[in-house]
Amino acid sequence: MSAVRIRGLIRGFGDRNVLDGLDLEIPDGQFVALLGRSGSGKSTLLRALAGLDYDVEIRGGALAVPEKVSVAFQDSRLLPWLRVLDNVTLGLDRQGRSRGSEMLAEVGLAGREDAWPLELSGGEQQRVALARALVREPQLLLADEPFGALDALTRIRMHGLLDDLVRAHRPTVLLVTHDVDEAIVLADRIVVLDEGRIAVDRHVDLDKPRSITDPGFRDIREDLLTALGVITQP
Amino acid sequence: MTSTLTQPVEVGACPPDPVDPPPTEGIRPLRRLGLRKAVPFSRMTGVVLLLAVWALGSGAGWIDDRKLSAPWTVVTSAVELVAEGTLQQHILASLSRAVLGFVIGCVIGTALALASGLTRTGEALIDGPVQFKRAIPTLGLIPLLILWLGIGETFKITVIALGTVVTIYIQTHNALTALEQRYVELAEVLGLTRAQFVWKVVLRGALPGFFLGLRLAVTGAWLTLIVVESINAVSGLGKMMFNAQNYGQPDVILVGLLVYGVFGLASDAGLRLLERRALTWRKTLGG
Repeated sequence: MSAVRIRGLIRGFGDRNVLDGLDLEIPDGQFVALLGRSGSGKSTLLRALAGLDYDVEIRGGALAVPEKVSVAFQDSRLLPWLRVLDNVTLGLDRQGRSRGSEMLAEVGLAGREDAWPLELSGGEQQRVALARALVREPQLLLADEPFGALDALTRIRMHGLLDDLVRAHRPTVLLVTHDVDEAIVLADRIVVLDEGRIAVDRHVDLDKPRSITDPGFRDIREDLLTALGVITQP
Repeated sequence: MTSTLTQPVEVGACPPDPVDPPPTEGIRPLRRLGLRKAVPFSRMTGVVLLLAVWALGSGAGWIDDRKLSAPWTVVTSAVELVAEGTLQQHILASLSRAVLGFVIGCVIGTALALASGLTRTGEALIDGPVQFKRAIPTLGLIPLLILWLGIGETFKITVIALGTVVTIYIQTHNALTALEQRYVELAEVLGLTRAQFVWKVVLRGALPGFFLGLRLAVTGAWLTLIVVESINAVSGLGKMMFNAQNYGQPDVILVGLLVYGVFGLASDAGLRLLERRALTWRKTLGG
């Protein structure tokens, strides 16, 4: 069964179509990383799937997403005036609140329920944001460069955390990133967006945990960097 | 990169200094441009000096005590006024006016800001008139208000309330409408109901702006109070001071000013305390 089905998605800004008849299908439970040059429409696609874009056009196609969708933004987007637990359980009923504490423990922030977001480090804030996204038990997790603003060491730690969380909660994931290594470390499948369509679509068949020194890793990396126009083929 | 920094650099034909200079000489002397560390209570120096000049001038007879009474005369007058009970009476009259006007103004101003900031209909109906009212100084409305309400208590409280309404409205409405779009998106993604969105996101987010309005409005309320108490008041600090003007009692005027000053400082400090309690989440920002 497909969690996400996109057929013929068009999104124009002015007279330029950023998404130009895009097709993409994501099976249930698959972790897809979406790569693309800056301005290639990665975030536009994600916003369309999140329902945040009111101006998308579906010409003779379809756009189907599951009922329960969560989004992790690049900025943690915590409300500074709500305590950590209230941020995590924002909009949930009482039952959800008790799950909130468990979820915080799962992201390594047990006991920080009453902290204010401004008291946390950037990495901790992003952990809270992940807890907020996953406590809703989403069928689809959309992540828009969630680790883009973090330092390199924190990012590596967050990769491990996200990997664990996805394994435990089994959502379908679409991760927008500009970090090729991040995509290869985490994803089951990597798609590259170019000129408003999917230009590359490949599976990552390496065993986890994946190492950057693995020759298979290096091959995929080279392929992707070529597709992204960073390495020019001889 | 590091090696170029640590290795001695040869300049021209000069050989490098064979002996390391003592570390103190190696420190490049910098001209200090920022302010030096503040001495505790140093800001009181100016106040104390001013009081000293005043006391000295009065004691030496350089200051005409019909224009400016000596500091000790002001103190004894204050003690006398308290002993007679007149000062308390005037303070009570002024306070009840100011507090009543301020509270009424706050309630109306907040209600209007909420109606206008949270609904398009409210904005269409309310924002224009209030912005127009804002352009007219409240004190300029006094002649019209006297014509409508007379010169009694109702008039005085109305003027204070009017000024408060506008200040509270402007700040609160601005804070409500300035909510960042990313938080609106977040609320949409989380599937919040409208009530949850308003309560948890919009109102909490607008609270700092509301408090700013409160603090500005309270200053305005004291100012308005002085002016309205100059118009046919039978009691109040303003009345006390204008009487003193007629009888040539600068000491009583100074007592009145002192009380106004204390009220102004105390109300601002009180609101700031309240603000810190309500906005604990901002404490990390040095607020």
